[in-house]
Amino acid sequence: MTIEVRQLRKNFGSFAALDGVDLKVADGELLALLGPSGSGKTTLLRIIAGLDWPDTGEVTFDGENALSRGAGERHVGFVFQHYALFRHMSVFENVAFGLRVQPRRVRKSDAAIRARVKELLDLVQLDWLADRYPSQLSGGQRQRIALARALAIEPRILLLDEPFGALDAKVRKELRQWLRSLHEQIRMTSIFVTHDQEEALEVANRVVVMDKGKIEQMGTPNDVYDNPASAFVHGFIGESIELAVDVADGEVRIGGEALPLAAQGHASGPSKLFVRRHDMQVAPAGAGALQGAVTRVRSFGPVQRAEVLLARAKVAIEIDAPRDQDLRPGDQVGLSPRRYRIFAA
Amino acid sequence: MSMETSLPRTELTSPVGRGRIASSDAIRVRGDGGPAIDGSSSPQPSPDTGGNRAERAAIKNPRSEPHFVRIAIITIAIAFLSIFVVLPLILVFAQAFSKGINAYFAALSDPEALSAIRLTLLVAAISVSLNLVFGVIAAWAIAKFEFAGKTVLISLIDLPFSVSPVISGLVFVLLFGAQGFFGAFLASHGVQVLFAVPGIALATLFVTFPFVARALIPLMQEQGTQEEEAAISLGASGLQTFFRVTLPNIKWGLLYGVLLCNARAMGEFGAVSVVSGHVRGLTNTMPLLVEILYNEYQFVASFAVASLLAMLALITLIAKTLLERRLDERDVP
Repeated sequence: MTIEVRQLRKNFGSFAALDGVDLKVADGELLALLGPSGSGKTTLLRIIAGLDWPDTGEVTFDGENALSRGAGERHVGFVFQHYALFRHMSVFENVAFGLRVQPRRVRKSDAAIRARVKELLDLVQLDWLADRYPSQLSGGQRQRIALARALAIEPRILLLDEPFGALDAKVRKELRQWLRSLHEQIRMTSIFVTHDQEEALEVANRVVVMDKGKIEQMGTPNDVYDNPASAFVHGFIGESIELAVDVADGEVRIGGEALPLAAQGHASGPSKLFVRRHDMQVAPAGAGALQGAVTRVRSFGPVQRAEVLLARAKVAIEIDAPRDQDLRPGDQVGLSPRRYRIFAA
Repeated sequence: MSMETSLPRTELTSPVGRGRIASSDAIRVRGDGGPAIDGSSSPQPSPDTGGNRAERAAIKNPRSEPHFVRIAIITIAIAFLSIFVVLPLILVFAQAFSKGINAYFAALSDPEALSAIRLTLLVAAISVSLNLVFGVIAAWAIAKFEFAGKTVLISLIDLPFSVSPVISGLVFVLLFGAQGFFGAFLASHGVQVLFAVPGIALATLFVTFPFVARALIPLMQEQGTQEEEAAISLGASGLQTFFRVTLPNIKWGLLYGVLLCNARAMGEFGAVSVVSGHVRGLTNTMPLLVEILYNEYQFVASFAVASLLAMLALITLIAKTLLERRLDERDVP
């Protein structure tokens, strides 16, 4: 099932939650809506699900208008951030709910419902929890039951609102991989909302970055990470060093001094220079584009993180250097960015 | 795995709501949530719990009052309750049975008493069932929607609590009395509201309105709308959502409100006294009859009827305690 969203707008009072959003989701895609809180991503998801209505704009499923149908008629599986399991029902009844409330003429027999629920609980590997109540489950288990419940109605689209938001780091990682392999298994058009870039880049086929009710960039995880389209995306995804610079006459200047860097075709004016931490290479003092003094060094995992106070700009930046590089507090070093991007400020 | 098992307990701490229910949650969290939170960040070995206990005792110490202060406070509380609550209750029954058990039952089977009992039950049935519907609707509107004038509505719900019952009764006299707002209209259609069952039911309805709504609002606000949204997105209709999701979630709170509503409906004196007209055998409810009999020096009969009301109070009290326990444990059905 394909989803298409055209010129969607939604205001809450004077706050524009969605400010003209266009989006196409291909059949079988696993798409991530990524953005800070208040960027409109959850509103977009809820409008697609039919839990909210836009002020203007269109939503179509396979070319058919979806806005004329209520949430229950859209065949959308929705997984809520806090699971929203029915607290007074057992796990089994939770999963069976969508089947039991169907109109009598299409409702399955009790035996068929039992078989279907069993199948879904097997799919999420929690068949042994059928008689428990939601309050007796862990967060990760609740999340998987919520997913099984959403899948019970054989939805054509699966929507997940911050699916791992309320879980601790370890369970999160496990569920992420599990969700991706589940998607490979069922190949259903799926959209999930997250504010966690790592999650979006790791799980999704395609990432949509949103900010202030607008889509900033769409692309594969690689695309978005390597070629950020705006200062916001560069700053939001991946860890970046951000330096205020001036572009004048095709030169990039910091603190009045020209740097040996190309202006990337930007017009004159105040700009921002973005460099990934690991793209900042350490050179001997005097060499490189920037000069500075190491003030602090911390090591963890494969890298060491050094804080460098830039001599000219008088700001401290953090860079990631390989562990085997000899860096000590007090060292004078030169820095040259391997890759960088400049955006107008 | 230990992480997974500790998760639900730590999560209990997050959806802390308001009011009485929330406070009991907080108590539970303090009880076993502490170690669970420790466990999720870094699994602690058991020796630590011993240290914790010592620490807890050390914290508790400065709070404990001297022995005699404790005894004095408890004695005062018990003495006060005995004199002002237990003793009157015993006296009601003592008076009712002062002429023997036969006189007691004779008093209760008097036609006037039977008529009062019937009327009280009828009025309570009418007002409780209507307030059940109105209360759920009002609580639903307040808890699940955002709209202008919501705070006004909340204060209006409380109005019957803050107004003297006599005024509540007089309001209906002004509305439905012969000189009242609807008086001429009602008279021309031959409808008798005042000094009849409708008037008594209306006054009772007004006085007891807040109970159900008040019991439900905090509960429904705490529960939010997510479960309803989930039900709708799973294809449930509005009615299915209400009866399968909303109602089961609020049933104990609803029962609690109904219980208090009923106790007040049966016991209401002031408002009913104004609109009833005290027609013997027709418009006297039990509380009104108690007063009439007492004024006529029929102490046994008066206290026999009063003893029924006292028993209602006791039953209400026990049921309320059981329900409150239910409400506190509502996460585990």
